[in-house]
Amino acid sequence: MDRLYIQSDTEHRSLPLSREEMEYEYWFAGLQGLSAKKKYLLRKHMKTGRAIYYIEETQLKQMEFLTEKDRELLRAAAGQKIGNACEEAERRGIRFLPWFSEDYPGRLLELDDFPYALYVKGSLPKPAARTAAIVGARRCTPYGEKFAVEFGKTLAECGVEIISGLARGIDGMGQRGALMGGGRTFAVLGSGPDICYPREHIGLYMDILEQGGGVLSEYPPGSPPLPYHFPARNRIISGLSDAVLVMEAGEKSGSLITVDLALEQGRDVYALPGPVNSSLSQGCNRLIQQGAGLLMSPEILLKEWGITPHGEPGQEGKNKKVLESPEKLVYSCLGLYPKNIERISEETNLSQRELVGLLVSLELEGYAREVSKNYYVAAEGSLC
Amino acid sequence: MSFSRVLSASIEGLSAEFVDVEADVSNGLPVFNMVGYLSSEVKEAGERVRTAIRNSGFEYPPKRTVINLSPAALRKRGASFDLPIAVSILISLGIVDPARVKSCLLAGELSLDGKVRKIPGVLPIVTEAEKCGVKYCIIPKENEAEGALTGNMEIIGVKDLAETVDFLQGKKRISPAVSKYVFREQKAEVDFADIRGQETVRRAAEIAVAGGHNLLLIGPPGSGKSMTARAVAGILPPIEKEESLEITKIYSVMDMLRPEAPMIVQRPFREVHHTVTRAALIGGGTVPRPGEISLAHGGVLFLDELTEYRKEILEMLRQPLESRCVEISRAYGKYRFPAGFMLVAAMNPCPCGCYPDMEKCKCTPAQIRAYLGKISMPFLDRIDLCTEAPRVGYEDLNGYQESESSAEIRRRVCLARDRQKERYRGTAIKINAELDVNDLKKYCRLGKRGQNLMEQAFNAMKLTARAYHKIIRTARTIADLEGEEEIRVSHLREAIGYRTVDSKYWGR
Repeated sequence: MDRLYIQSDTEHRSLPLSREEMEYEYWFAGLQGLSAKKKYLLRKHMKTGRAIYYIEETQLKQMEFLTEKDRELLRAAAGQKIGNACEEAERRGIRFLPWFSEDYPGRLLELDDFPYALYVKGSLPKPAARTAAIVGARRCTPYGEKFAVEFGKTLAECGVEIISGLARGIDGMGQRGALMGGGRTFAVLGSGPDICYPREHIGLYMDILEQGGGVLSEYPPGSPPLPYHFPARNRIISGLSDAVLVMEAGEKSGSLITVDLALEQGRDVYALPGPVNSSLSQGCNRLIQQGAGLLMSPEILLKEWGITPHGEPGQEGKNKKVLESPEKLVYSCLGLYPKNIERISEETNLSQRELVGLLVSLELEGYAREVSKNYYVAAEGSLC
Repeated sequence: MSFSRVLSASIEGLSAEFVDVEADVSNGLPVFNMVGYLSSEVKEAGERVRTAIRNSGFEYPPKRTVINLSPAALRKRGASFDLPIAVSILISLGIVDPARVKSCLLAGELSLDGKVRKIPGVLPIVTEAEKCGVKYCIIPKENEAEGALTGNMEIIGVKDLAETVDFLQGKKRISPAVSKYVFREQKAEVDFADIRGQETVRRAAEIAVAGGHNLLLIGPPGSGKSMTARAVAGILPPIEKEESLEITKIYSVMDMLRPEAPMIVQRPFREVHHTVTRAALIGGGTVPRPGEISLAHGGVLFLDELTEYRKEILEMLRQPLESRCVEISRAYGKYRFPAGFMLVAAMNPCPCGCYPDMEKCKCTPAQIRAYLGKISMPFLDRIDLCTEAPRVGYEDLNGYQESESSAEIRRRVCLARDRQKERYRGTAIKINAELDVNDLKKYCRLGKRGQNLMEQAFNAMKLTARAYHKIIRTARTIADLEGEEEIRVSHLREAIGYRTVDSKYWGR
């Protein structure tokens, strides 16, 4: 539907543009304070970035969709010098992709408010590949962490490309999982593509690029991660994805914004169920109640897409190792939510003194993980 | 006789330096001159001494008086020279026989009416005097019990100047002081019997005290961390005489002894508020004085709300924690104060205190990281045992089940300390915490299985070399508590379980 009107605009997508033309386009796309929609309309009237730069007052007055403030902004911007910013960015490995460029993702053009341009480091999702977004709480529990990694990994193993926001918690874990599965993953940032936010994810950022994935943003290089950028970038996350997987969203989680956008954009939404008493799963459980897909295993999703999952589902391997019996008892009482040594003692009837030793040997064997002092969760295999 | 000389002493750091007090009374203009690199409180002694002599019923003739305190290069401080100055003047005036003060040391402050007031640092002065063959010491009455602690020195306690003169003239006999002291059981405001539940905390405290290890308690507000820390004072083993004398010297210099309690008979427990300054904690000042870490020597230094301390204050503790003493250097000299304390610290896991309970904790990861980041890894690395004090449940509060009392725990601690004493007989080591890397090789051999476990732990938990050694030291103490000479795998496991949270999730 919307797609049609884009296709009717094909004359604007006539590329390639000369280097010089590109600089004008880069200048225009980078203008802050003008919405993507207005930029799109303005360029549709003026045909090129250069024409907008040299726009005359009478023409400017004719554009009725512009407010006086917008006009003022354009007048001021026309005073800027056109340098070689685009070339400079390219030299630093950042591609500038305005919406009319050949490589601009078709999935995004379907959106009502598609970003006017993307700045991309690395690559973009393949148009033919299936993509899934993994989003959720930044402050997540080991439960959410585990499944974000597991889903990311299994889906990536089957060639699904994982889209997320490089955020702390679920986002980062999902992408980490995708990398573990040897797949490609793409991070949509709320800052320029050259800025890693949060800072501590610099390792993940580098690994994503190394493994053939990409980091993209609608904000030009050097833009700081401003709070209002994040809800806006969520529409790109869902826009690039065929399905959005929500894990551990609280009642008022920002991930629910992504879900709303995904539904508007006609994407499938799946939610990971959680315990009814966990406030961090409230949002997810509610989504399921309202009809979101129940995310029981990655295989369900793969089957829906007609992809045959290869490899055995996780679980098996590890449990084959035989645990000594008191350790078995302790292990059986560990869960994915942190449990205090005192609780474990009550449940197993072992003294806390004994437990300290037992938990250490479980931890060394890779069956348990101490998340905070004296709080343990079950673990299988070594993470991080 | 116009010239006279008596012996006194001055305190430098924690030790005493002998000072000769010389007086010369001769004909001439009636002036009173004092020389010998004196601080202002010593200069003022002149006025006090002259008035005190007059008020004690002696006549002070209008003559030229010169007082010299030697060695001249040593800065003289404090009011303890009043008494020796007065006595040497009286010798010069022919009132006292100089033969009486041969091999006698005098120290004391005078008030205008001739009363002798107590002074700090008597014990180090007497100890030094004993070493150098002084026969007897005349010191203030209030300090006599403290002076008699060494046991081999004749201590004459005097009330006032007149009594001193009577004694020196042989008119009055003063029997030498005898010090009576009893080492008391360690007492604390809190008994472990009052603390419900908290099994791991109790166990960690027991291990920490048994080997003199440092202990960190993490827990939500109101979980009884501070209470447990205070209870630790009650399970310390009784103090021994040698240690007590060492500690008493520090308290003596700091003027923290009372006449009725001249000796430190219990191990100190020093609680320091987080607003403490550098000099108060470590020691220092223009004239270096020992700080809290030295006052906690042989006992416990308790830092509550560890994250509230200024970072540089905590970092300064790093060196004394390793070397068990602190050296303070000034342009004119170096002072060495003992600081063999056991550190007990308490803190919350996050600003709100509820982490990792995600239902209750409202802190963002960045906040938690910033909070924990206040404590540096090198500092954490110096803590041997770390455990969590969980929130106290209702059943715990009202349970009928009596917890084990401090006396019971102390009994086991003492047995473990006895084993250590036995093992380290003939060496400078007293407790496991003092073992260095070479000692570890000698006293803490691990079996094949133990070595495998430690290798596994070292790699899996990314331990530092220091943390690795700390675990072995802790395991040594656990074995001592069990009464075993060999360190078993189970001991090592328990020690690993109490290790400080490592970098993997500290500040995640």
